[in-house]
Amino acid sequence: MSVEQPPFDSPEIRRLTPVIGPGHTFGSVTDKISSIVLTRPTSLGWYIGFLIAFSLMGVMTVAIGWLVIKGVGIWGINIPIGWGFAIVNFVWWIGIGHAGTLISAILFLLNQKWRTSINRFAEAMTLFAVACAGIFPLIHTGRPWMAFYMFPYPSTMGLWPQFRSPLIWDVFAVSTYGTVSLMFWFVGLIPDLATLRDRAVKKPLKIIYGMLSMGWRGSARHWHRYQSAYLLLAGLATPLVLSVHTVVSFDFAIAIVPGWHTTIFPPYFVAGAIYSGFAMVLTIAIPLRKVYGLEDFITMRHLDNMAKVMLATGLIVAYGYFFEFFMSSYSGNKFDVFLVQQRLHGPYAPFYFALILCNILTPQLLWSYKMRHNVTVLFIMSIVVNIGMWLERFVIVVISLTRDFVPSAWGRYSPTFWDWATFIGTIGMFVTLLFLFVRVLPAISIAEMRELVAETSEEKK
Amino acid sequence: MAQIFHRSTNFIARFSVFSAIFLIGIALVAVLAVARSPYMTRQNITREQPVQFSHKHHVGDDGIDCRYCHTGVETSAVAGIPPTKTCMNCHSVLFNNASYLEPVRESYRSDKSIQWVKVHRLADFVYFNHSIHINKGVGCSTCHGPINQMPLVFQANTLLMQWCLDCHRNPEQVLRPKDQVFNMDWKAPDNQAEIGAELGKSYNLRTTAELTSCSTCHR
Repeated sequence: MSVEQPPFDSPEIRRLTPVIGPGHTFGSVTDKISSIVLTRPTSLGWYIGFLIAFSLMGVMTVAIGWLVIKGVGIWGINIPIGWGFAIVNFVWWIGIGHAGTLISAILFLLNQKWRTSINRFAEAMTLFAVACAGIFPLIHTGRPWMAFYMFPYPSTMGLWPQFRSPLIWDVFAVSTYGTVSLMFWFVGLIPDLATLRDRAVKKPLKIIYGMLSMGWRGSARHWHRYQSAYLLLAGLATPLVLSVHTVVSFDFAIAIVPGWHTTIFPPYFVAGAIYSGFAMVLTIAIPLRKVYGLEDFITMRHLDNMAKVMLATGLIVAYGYFFEFFMSSYSGNKFDVFLVQQRLHGPYAPFYFALILCNILTPQLLWSYKMRHNVTVLFIMSIVVNIGMWLERFVIVVISLTRDFVPSAWGRYSPTFWDWATFIGTIGMFVTLLFLFVRVLPAISIAEMRELVAETSEEKK
Repeated sequence: MAQIFHRSTNFIARFSVFSAIFLIGIALVAVLAVARSPYMTRQNITREQPVQFSHKHHVGDDGIDCRYCHTGVETSAVAGIPPTKTCMNCHSVLFNNASYLEPVRESYRSDKSIQWVKVHRLADFVYFNHSIHINKGVGCSTCHGPINQMPLVFQANTLLMQWCLDCHRNPEQVLRPKDQVFNMDWKAPDNQAEIGAELGKSYNLRTTAELTSCSTCHR
């Protein structure tokens, strides 16, 4: 791979960085991807990785179990900091999920071919991230078994949920998002599940994949309906990319707390979500292509494009940070001005500067072609951005709540052991689910890759 | 290559998708129905008491006023269960040999209260107050039903929050003139909506917003 930058969008750059490696046929694509699930022996590394992740998930189970026994008092939250880690982590995870939907829905509608090899695991990542996110508001209620109160059902109390509360909008936004993402992912999987069914040797596998593929035979009528369904779901999922994190930002923006009550929150939350989401896709894609030798499918072109998306959304986020400063001083609202000063000089200032370093300064390296084509740099960068986006939510939640209008209502927040155990536990759950996913389902869409092979070979003629 | 699935599995697949949706629907409706049923609310279920005290006899036949026994109802949160001495006011001379009144006499001799079984049980987080309802013209029978016809008392209403709110949202449908509050046979007149609204005004009843505010009942 040359590190000299060729002219933009020239035939040369397409040749140097194709969306699929040269020389692939329908058969080789199918072999390569399905072998990971069916024929390749499960490596020792997979078992070790799975075991570590699963142990961390066990930590989460213990932490939640203890929470159910003792109540939310085991966390570092108390008046005035009622939100703490639970909400920080919720927003972080939900944000991470956004890249999957963006890649699978918006890039599909925009006919971007480079989405093909990354959409499957990005969607899986979305689902797993939404699952992790969903845990937090649930356990933050303190009595998760009463969570059904938040759904509008004809209750014996003669009451409906408070529809004017953004927390209820959240319930709808996140559950819709989870459902649509799951359907989109599953519908996309059906032809591949049929491929696995046909290639499986063992009877139980044939039956399991056979049931999941819902009688797919690959007839023209099947494909016709499949494509309409996929397009419709893409259309349905597209507004969700924007709406879900907008609603999450309303949790803050609707409140009158200084530092939260701003109209810039929705766009800047959505950009931040896509930013962290693409960072997470890179964090997963880079080891995945390395371990399973998928460099032909997830090429430098993909990594390069994702880095560019990160750079663009990172700049939008930087714009958001800048305008938080500008608007507070422009408005002259003394509480807002004070809050912004607290970010720079308050007890949590180190978090704020770390956030600026992670989210604004470091990603500027991505302007360089060399850096975008250095896999190690990209991997480290993706983790730095993930940390930065977590810090951003921490700064938003904690600084505003600890510096309310009246000094008598000020406070400090520090997470406890159980806060950390729950957070790290959900990372364990996320990784566990990813390990299982890679092992039992095709991590890259076989059907769409075959389509890509057909299209790229036509281009050559 | 042999087929993995028999032709009949097509039907089974469709049928199970249909029945899953159907069964989940049924299950949800069932849960909502059970929550409202007497099984959960204990509506219309009589309780066995240590003494088979009949409200029908004492109120309906003898015409004893509610307040003769439930002395606190006009002034305090709880109406009050009468002490055995109240029973003995009469039963030291009436039916003073009846065997079924032996637990009452035993209680009087030993100075140990009769352990009545509570029929109307509200959740602990509800701050219900009898006196405010009595003083704003809500009659006994509005909530407790026709006590004067009950040989053994049962809960005439569900006591669900929904049921509380039915009145708190539209109090004028049940308000009575003050002299009718303890009348067990009171029936709402045809123009109750007008009369109720008038009465509400004369009682200085709070607005619906205040009556249905969370902290009116939950503090």
